[in-house]
Amino acid sequence: MNTVVLLTLTGLGLAALYFLVASGLSLVFGLADVLNFAHGLFLGVGAYATWWASGNLPGAGPDGFGFVLAVVFGVLAGSFVAVLVELVLIRPLYSRTIEQVLVTVGLSLAGVALLQATWGADPRPFPRPDWSRDVTSVLGAQVPNAGLLLIVAAVVVLGALLAFLRWTRYGLIIRAGVENREMVTALGIDVRKAFTLVFAIGGAAAALAGALGGVYFGTVSPGQGGSLLIFAFIVVVIGGMGSVVGSAYAAVAVGLLQQFVNYYGTSGLGDLCVVGLLAVVLLLRPQGLAGKVAHA
Amino acid sequence: MTNSVVDAPPAQVPDELTPGRSRWHGLRPYLPLVALVVAAVLPYSTLNLPGIFEGPLNSPGTLQLLAICLVFGGLAAGYDLLFGRTGMLSFGHALYFAAGVYGTDILVTEAGLPLWQAAVLTVVGGTTLAALLGAVALRTVGIAFAMVTLAFAQVGAILVARDFGGLTGGEEGLPLDVSGLPPALVGVTNTVNLYWLALAYLAIVVLVVHRVSASPTGRVLAGLRDDERRIGVLGLDPYRFKLVAFTLAGGLASAGGVVYVLIVGGASPHITSSELTLSLLVMVVLGGPGTRWGPVLGGVLYMYLDHRLTAFGSSEAVNSLPAFLSRPLSQPLFVLGTVFILAVYFFPGGLASLRSRLTPVLTALRRPR
Repeated sequence: MNTVVLLTLTGLGLAALYFLVASGLSLVFGLADVLNFAHGLFLGVGAYATWWASGNLPGAGPDGFGFVLAVVFGVLAGSFVAVLVELVLIRPLYSRTIEQVLVTVGLSLAGVALLQATWGADPRPFPRPDWSRDVTSVLGAQVPNAGLLLIVAAVVVLGALLAFLRWTRYGLIIRAGVENREMVTALGIDVRKAFTLVFAIGGAAAALAGALGGVYFGTVSPGQGGSLLIFAFIVVVIGGMGSVVGSAYAAVAVGLLQQFVNYYGTSGLGDLCVVGLLAVVLLLRPQGLAGKVAHA
Repeated sequence: MTNSVVDAPPAQVPDELTPGRSRWHGLRPYLPLVALVVAAVLPYSTLNLPGIFEGPLNSPGTLQLLAICLVFGGLAAGYDLLFGRTGMLSFGHALYFAAGVYGTDILVTEAGLPLWQAAVLTVVGGTTLAALLGAVALRTVGIAFAMVTLAFAQVGAILVARDFGGLTGGEEGLPLDVSGLPPALVGVTNTVNLYWLALAYLAIVVLVVHRVSASPTGRVLAGLRDDERRIGVLGLDPYRFKLVAFTLAGGLASAGGVVYVLIVGGASPHITSSELTLSLLVMVVLGGPGTRWGPVLGGVLYMYLDHRLTAFGSSEAVNSLPAFLSRPLSQPLFVLGTVFILAVYFFPGGLASLRSRLTPVLTALRRPR
């Protein structure tokens, strides 16, 4: 029983990490049709900015309020890079899907190399608050606090995203744009502003994933984003492109499946099962769990 | 609008009347053959090209680098069959290459088979794998297809890295057991034979790709790239033709893996990563997708730069620059990624389009003022 609770909670922690990366990816793809390979870069930027801030930014530190400040700095940095990428590199290429994919591929190669050039290829110890190293007893299971932190953050982000999509004017435009971009443009709304906004949101969520993932893993390295990105892609495809709720369901399914199979089967088998799940979903329901509709 | 006077275009001079060009025009079809012969006799030259290669042309190090470049030229040409000629964006091509590398390595080292048997088995196995996985993946189109192939390739990477059954050597890789190999392919002094093997592989891939794309099947593939629905309306089954292209490209990639493992002398897990597929994509786009020589050029140049930029990055000229410049420049991937992004923006046709892009400039310069 203890093991099951522990596995469920760590699986949900993993799912939270996937969701933070996948939600932005899914919205960007749903609205702008951009398959963003550079999303892992936003994650890396968030992680390194948080790491840098806790050492160098006045007021920020590895503990207490200073840690919050460092994370906020990291999230802002990720969001800023995402907006910059959208404005400078993606915007001139709208409606040329293949070229956009190619540019983000080039960006992911060059960006990771740049991180590596600046801070080295080796993992760096991540400054984390002392309480995040402890465990909390939940139903008899000793659960690491960092995992719980991830779950809480993901739930907050999910709630905020849904509220934003449902109750604000820009949320309405994004939902309408995912459903039918041409119609939104025809109504005289500049849908490209929404593209920038979606990139900013996605970049912020990915950067948050980078910062909290740093706390979770204890280290930060340039290639971290790339390995998470592939699973985030799988989550997006299973959940349905453009659906935040679909991403959340798919992230939970993938995280739990991976954690349980990796524990009860051989290590690595869970990763294979996830890909198997992807193949099954694609064959039975090619549009994903939720289809290409941004449900709020 | 009606008042505007349109300049009459200058009368076209037929090519054979232009002096000085007719002599070379007859030779053009034979240029690939000439290039092949030049490449084949290259190892007999002791020419020293300081700055371009570290040793003379016939030194083993240079020949090995050239051989790797040639193999990747062939791989890029094979990948272009998918991307440039059929319009399929596959992110899992590394899987079939890795199947060739690890298949040969395991069959020779672990099972102790003679090389030719291992090679035949591996290529047949790699082709079958491509046919099976392609049959599933091709049920989706466009971006979803890219994702599915990426996921399949990821399975390969996981299988290799986790070392199920102790076959692949995990993170450490698997050195090739050379004791059972033909002696002509073993040892530093025989690098030249590996170079010729790589050249033969490149020639075969180029030949196959050209034959296929010139055949009726190739025209259907080009049609699929341009307008898939129309091919369907014409009564042809897009699925079957795409599967043929996918299987053929997978088989060519696994053959490339066989050659690569002989040149490098072992398998390492980084060749299974999605980064390898991404770099194949970069090679094809840099060279010019769907063109005759673009992907080959792109592949050779990319691998050359990837190897030589490391040396360039640690050279004096770069180290004397300020840190914020020298550090990024010492990362080959940073330079290549940046060049790639610029190429997507400013050279959509890649290196192969350079000629047609320069022609107007040259004619403008030549025109008497």
